[in-house]
Amino acid sequence: MSEATTPVDVHAAQVRKFKLQDMFFHQVTLVFAFIVLAALVGILISLAIEAMPVFREFGLGFLWTNVWNVPEDQYGALSAIYGTVVTSVIALIIAVPVSFGIALFLTETCPVWLRRPLGTAIELLAGVPSIIYGIWGLFVFAPLFAEHVQPYLQELVGDTPIISGWFAGPPIGIGILTAGIVLSLMVIPFVASVMRDVFETVPPQLKESAYGVGCTTWEVVTNIVLPYTRVGVIGGIMLGLGRALGETMAVTFVIGNANRIVGSLFAPGTSIASTLANEFGEADPGLHISSLFALGLVLFIITFIVLAISQWLIKRGIAKQGI
Amino acid sequence: MNLYSRRILINRIGIALSMIAMAFGLAALMWILWTLFYNGFNALSWDFFTQDTPAPGSEGGGLRNAIVGSLMIIGVTTLVSTPIGILAGIYLAEYGTTSKFAATTRFVTDIMLSAPSIVVGLFVYALVVATLGGFSGWAGSLALSLIAIPVVVRTTENMLLLVPTALREAAFAVGAPRWQVSLKVTLRAVKAGVVTGILLAIARVMGETAPLLFTALNNQFFSTDMSQPMGNLPVVIFQFAMSPYDNWVSLAWGGALLIALIVLAINIIARVLFRNKVSA
Amino acid sequence: MSTSQTTANGEAILSIRDLNFYYGDFRGLTNVSLDIAKSQVTAFIGPSGCGKSTLLRTFNRMYDLYPGQRAEGQINFHGKNLLDKKQDVNLVRAKIGMVFQKPTPFPMTIYENIAFGVRLYEKLSSSDMDERVEWALRKAAIWEETKNKLQQSGLSLSGGQQQRLCIARTIAVKPEIVLLDEPTSALDPISTAKIEELINELKNEYTIAIVTHNMQQAARISDFTAFMYLGELIEFGNTDKLFVKPTQKQTEDYITGRFG
Repeated sequence: MSEATTPVDVHAAQVRKFKLQDMFFHQVTLVFAFIVLAALVGILISLAIEAMPVFREFGLGFLWTNVWNVPEDQYGALSAIYGTVVTSVIALIIAVPVSFGIALFLTETCPVWLRRPLGTAIELLAGVPSIIYGIWGLFVFAPLFAEHVQPYLQELVGDTPIISGWFAGPPIGIGILTAGIVLSLMVIPFVASVMRDVFETVPPQLKESAYGVGCTTWEVVTNIVLPYTRVGVIGGIMLGLGRALGETMAVTFVIGNANRIVGSLFAPGTSIASTLANEFGEADPGLHISSLFALGLVLFIITFIVLAISQWLIKRGIAKQGI
Repeated sequence: MNLYSRRILINRIGIALSMIAMAFGLAALMWILWTLFYNGFNALSWDFFTQDTPAPGSEGGGLRNAIVGSLMIIGVTTLVSTPIGILAGIYLAEYGTTSKFAATTRFVTDIMLSAPSIVVGLFVYALVVATLGGFSGWAGSLALSLIAIPVVVRTTENMLLLVPTALREAAFAVGAPRWQVSLKVTLRAVKAGVVTGILLAIARVMGETAPLLFTALNNQFFSTDMSQPMGNLPVVIFQFAMSPYDNWVSLAWGGALLIALIVLAINIIARVLFRNKVSA
Repeated sequence: MSTSQTTANGEAILSIRDLNFYYGDFRGLTNVSLDIAKSQVTAFIGPSGCGKSTLLRTFNRMYDLYPGQRAEGQINFHGKNLLDKKQDVNLVRAKIGMVFQKPTPFPMTIYENIAFGVRLYEKLSSSDMDERVEWALRKAAIWEETKNKLQQSGLSLSGGQQQRLCIARTIAVKPEIVLLDEPTSALDPISTAKIEELINELKNEYTIAIVTHNMQQAARISDFTAFMYLGELIEFGNTDKLFVKPTQKQTEDYITGRFG
């Protein structure tokens, strides 16, 4: 074998070149990773700056004042926060049991050959753009709901104190409750996917030993699977909550866009995201636009906290698998 | 009723409920798709693709300007977010096992995946639209890129972490520098997965409406000038669907169907591509 | 370590002195010293977890990829300590090639699999490169099977062929030492026989260090054998001698199958 084909000085030059290239590569990828991080910080800072005038004018009271009067330039976030929270809670009340059922079906009772197609169908549901849910909610769901469900609900609750107040008012289809229902359909696939993933982390031996002592499927799920995956399941629910809080289009179409708080779930209301979608484009410079930025800031901080908790829980839930 | 038969009954009820939940999910998907087809199919005519958006209350027209605008905005978004997302993903996989900075970035990316998209629109409005004087296609692309990048970053990183250690080591073992190991061996080994991530990112931004409302805005005329307000499908659907004009509403349904078909098609292609490559 | 401290007959190409290796706080190798003889086959045997692979991976600084892993001591190669922080690892790896347990063809064509490593340190004309690729594939006894499909993916080959491709890729760079980390443990007996035959031929031109859990294999192909246990080098010497007349009780127990 010829020794002279790879002279040492060529190597030395090449090695130096590689060192420089590697350093360059490290720096370039670092810069791009930094861009991603900077975007989030940038969002927070820019929203805070733009929201400043409002907090200077109204103080923190902006957060719990129930007024939204554009002509008088008086703003408070309470009605939007109320609508955001109430629609999200309704969405979760519906989505959590349904998602749990879907995840249970997909991991425990579904025939193996059907698991993949059904799982894919649920994931596709997650991919449907939210504007589709919105337009469907407005033109298809709301009219049906107004005609067939709302009157029936009112009849059902009758004069029951407190509860009858939730379902008071004319059945017009759009409103807080409808927004919550449409939102729940949007959230179900996300929650169901996470639940399915964490259910699958349960070691088969654990389930088999429970079946071995004669447990039914339902007992295995409630006594073994759920306690084992509790953390991850809560994480999945929080993810759904984060999604619901920040959803714009599915809500804007059907919530009715009224900046007020009415006890009835049938009444039109607003959410932070839908207020932004409706008013931002035509907002006057000054306090109006600044209040909208303040709403955006509030929304971002709330969802950030919810999503941060959810990520933390989901990771803990999945990491448990290794033990 | 004895204990045993009660347990069996409870089990049956539980399983029945789970089946109902599954059926409910599927029914929702079917219902939504069916109404989309029912209402949107008639709108999808030749004119739909070749005519621009009609004036309020007038007949006819199509969504040509919005379709072209959407394609351009999303094209730019793809060109911007692909390299940024892949390089940031490489950083996390390659150098990010120990550093605090990487852990923070990973955490932030995960949150950005689900963060409210309308807030991204506000950010781009404050950053670009308000300072550079006006709504534009570029601003729309920037907003969508901020949504697409986290998707690409996380899929790239996850795919790279699936590369067998031995393959990576083998590339180092012939004396290759790190950048060549990354770009020529590991990244190439997971090409299909990364392409899947990009496709999913495109599908994700395809229907995003909220971030475009205050960035690209809308344009009722045909325009390919990215520095001007630009027509795009989601915003047109939003405006037309909320309008009192039957013709506009019908066009909105057509647009919604078109978007849904594209998104479903991309999702399915991405899955097939990924499945074939990964199982091989 | 007690026995036949070996400077084997002939020239040592690697001399390891007082090598300690740590995974974080855990010590994976303890005071290992031995010489690897030039143009000979040195085999490392021992039960799983004994540190034989760890030792092999210090020779080309593969552990450098993982934070928390570090080596102390000396591995002298041409008068320089490979463990020296200033030593460029890429260069070390170009001179000390490695083949892994599972075949690891790069996701490129068969031709590119070979050319990739060569191109890193040499600028060859395309005809020279063609020659080099053919040379390497012939050396690895896989030319006949691949000459008509050089542009196909390396992944299209069978497992045994892939492993020979990896060997070709390693020797194409013209290293001085080839490290083999259980190269046949994922292969069928026929492919294994081919690889062993290949190792036998290659040892005239390269120094070979092989880790194997298969004692028969070590006996068949190596000139020297090192037996390791719990991170220590228990016995090292001529393969014939070590297998026929081990000096250490532990070695004897292991090769007679009493544990491991």
